[in-house]
Amino acid sequence: MKPQVKIKTLSIDGRDIGAREDETILEVARENGIAIPTLCWLEGLSTVGACRLCMVEIEGSSRLLPACTTHVEEGMRIATDSERLRRYRRQIVELIFSERNHVCSVCVSNGHCELQSLAQALGIVRVHVPYRYPRLDVDASHPRFVVDHNRCILCTRCVRVCDEVEGAHTWDVSGRGVDARVITDLAQPWGASESCTGCGKCVHVCPTGALFEKGKSVAEMSKRRQFLPYLTLMREERR
Amino acid sequence: MTSTITIDPLTRVEGHGRITIQLDDQGFVSDAHFHVTQLRGFEKLCEGRPFYEMPSLMARICGICPVSHLIASAKACDEIMAVKIPDTAMKLRRMMNLAQILQSHALNFFHLSSPDLLLGMDADPATRNVFSMASTHPQLVRDGVRLRQIGQLIIELLGGKRIHPAWVVPGGVTEPLSVEQRDTILRMLPEALTITLRTIDLFKGIVDRFPEETRAFGNFPTLFMGLVDDRGGLEHYDGTLRIVDAAGSRVADGFDPRRYREIIGEAVEPWSFLKFPYYIPRGYPEGIYRVGPLARLNVVDTALTRWADQELAEFRQLGHGTVLSSFHYHYARLIEILFAVERIEQLLSEKEILSTHVRAHAAPNAAEGIGVSEAPRGLLIHHYRVDGQGLIEWANLIIATGHNNLAMNRAILQVAKRFIRGDRLQEGMLNRVEAVIRAFDPCLSCSTHAVGRMPLAIDLVGAQGELLHELRRR
Ligand code: FES
Repeated sequence: MKPQVKIKTLSIDGRDIGAREDETILEVARENGIAIPTLCWLEGLSTVGACRLCMVEIEGSSRLLPACTTHVEEGMRIATDSERLRRYRRQIVELIFSERNHVCSVCVSNGHCELQSLAQALGIVRVHVPYRYPRLDVDASHPRFVVDHNRCILCTRCVRVCDEVEGAHTWDVSGRGVDARVITDLAQPWGASESCTGCGKCVHVCPTGALFEKGKSVAEMSKRRQFLPYLTLMREERR
Repeated sequence: MTSTITIDPLTRVEGHGRITIQLDDQGFVSDAHFHVTQLRGFEKLCEGRPFYEMPSLMARICGICPVSHLIASAKACDEIMAVKIPDTAMKLRRMMNLAQILQSHALNFFHLSSPDLLLGMDADPATRNVFSMASTHPQLVRDGVRLRQIGQLIIELLGGKRIHPAWVVPGGVTEPLSVEQRDTILRMLPEALTITLRTIDLFKGIVDRFPEETRAFGNFPTLFMGLVDDRGGLEHYDGTLRIVDAAGSRVADGFDPRRYREIIGEAVEPWSFLKFPYYIPRGYPEGIYRVGPLARLNVVDTALTRWADQELAEFRQLGHGTVLSSFHYHYARLIEILFAVERIEQLLSEKEILSTHVRAHAAPNAAEGIGVSEAPRGLLIHHYRVDGQGLIEWANLIIATGHNNLAMNRAILQVAKRFIRGDRLQEGMLNRVEAVIRAFDPCLSCSTHAVGRMPLAIDLVGAQGELLHELRRR
């Protein structure tokens, strides 16, 4: 731990809370048992603030700020839940659903999916924008794993875990906007990737059924993520 | 003046379609067509998907018999993996298939067909339904609800509380059977047997009230096709194809159903999206054949269970060599319910049924897989081709209602000729046209592979093509 960290006082949802100055709103909220929805953030990985689900309201600012990338400040008054926030979060999730082909009922991750649980928690029963129904590939060239772009939400957790934890940097993102895809090596089939070590970390950090183990049937792919904070901790101690 | 009658919508049939009845100058029925106006889509939908997703995807073709699609699909996937699945897994799948047959047959007999049979074909349509039956025949309605429930409970006990259980997977099933599950199912079976026997007695008591229907409801010679086991017994999960002609002589026997393309051709007519399968050696349309309960009982030597065999002997008395009237699909369904109950009990009393070895794992090892089973409505074929990664490249499905398409059209014509006169449609006439379709128990969502239900209509069309009468009911 860094020496002489300063303590800031702030309030979240009306509760007065003390936090270290190097902490983000999300970390402080979690420590205090306050739930803020997230998708791209994962403990043990760097923060990208891409999905915008963790948006919170801060008194005195008309902009919403992502809790995962915003550091605490003295006297901050934060609201993590409001009708406005819930509306925005629902919109984000609906847009994710409409962008690709998320068919829960036949998905390997049905019942173990972060996107699905989030939609349930936000009370989403239908999507108010038209679906795009893109025709996307499934790459099953790897001997053990499959990537189904139909279910990818571009959270980039796979990219980060592969780079930051495994050190292989097999995954990356190519294209922009609706054309963005996660790719392996220089957009080669996963099975042809020379950098992939086959460790499977990307599969287990993937929040949906986009990355999964071969041979799993519908609803059988539950993911284990406990390993990540543990791995990070062990590495830091060794340094 | 010639006229055409079209029935729209056909009530109490799963799915949707439209019937056109053509009258000649004298006002006699000259032709009848059963159009299925839905487009098939499932084969296209699954292209590019991993093969092990297929059972769950295919189960969604139909909300009435999802289990049958699960089973045929899983069998096709077993072949793609090139594995022999554990014996117990096969028995458990077989049991679930029988529970589905029981449940689906009960739905047809008690809920869809019994109002015609017990209240009469000419009864007021407003009261000719299962709701008024609750006051006129309370016992029968209770029995129907309970029997369906037992079938559904068995499916749920095995596959979990879902309409589309994901328990049947390529390579076997996901969970073994527990002692508690086995005992719960065993406890329900005696009641199911009592109900079925009681219903068969009742049916036999009323069947004589329908001499005209028996004579004219799709009563003509055709071939019959179904699976039989190695002893010539009634078979719904595995076995080989047997085809008999109207006299009961075997036209094909011991035929490997994987070679279906050598004997089953699929003709196309411009007025229907539903193809017309026929037996290739006899040509089209002479190669007309029927599948389903009536066909299955016509092709087997024996049922191999006590009560079903007893009834089968009586059933055979209804014809010479084979039973030809499609009206007897009803009786055949009841006998199959009996068989399902007895066979489930046999399977549960086998020791290995509790074995925990119920799943084989393998990568895709074959480029092609064909899964064949008997669904409630008849022979069901799922045929897939995959690429080197196990992604579906091509799929073909032949569904029971498709097999019966030719026979159904001919049956409608027969009924229309017998019961429809003139350019005015009377309720009783129309209802008989509907009833003959219900006798086949077609599932239109299955046969066109489209999701959901849509209505069916009857048009009466004159010689000059003018619409004389149109009927749409909900
Ligand atoms: S979790 Fe904060 S932006 Fe995704």
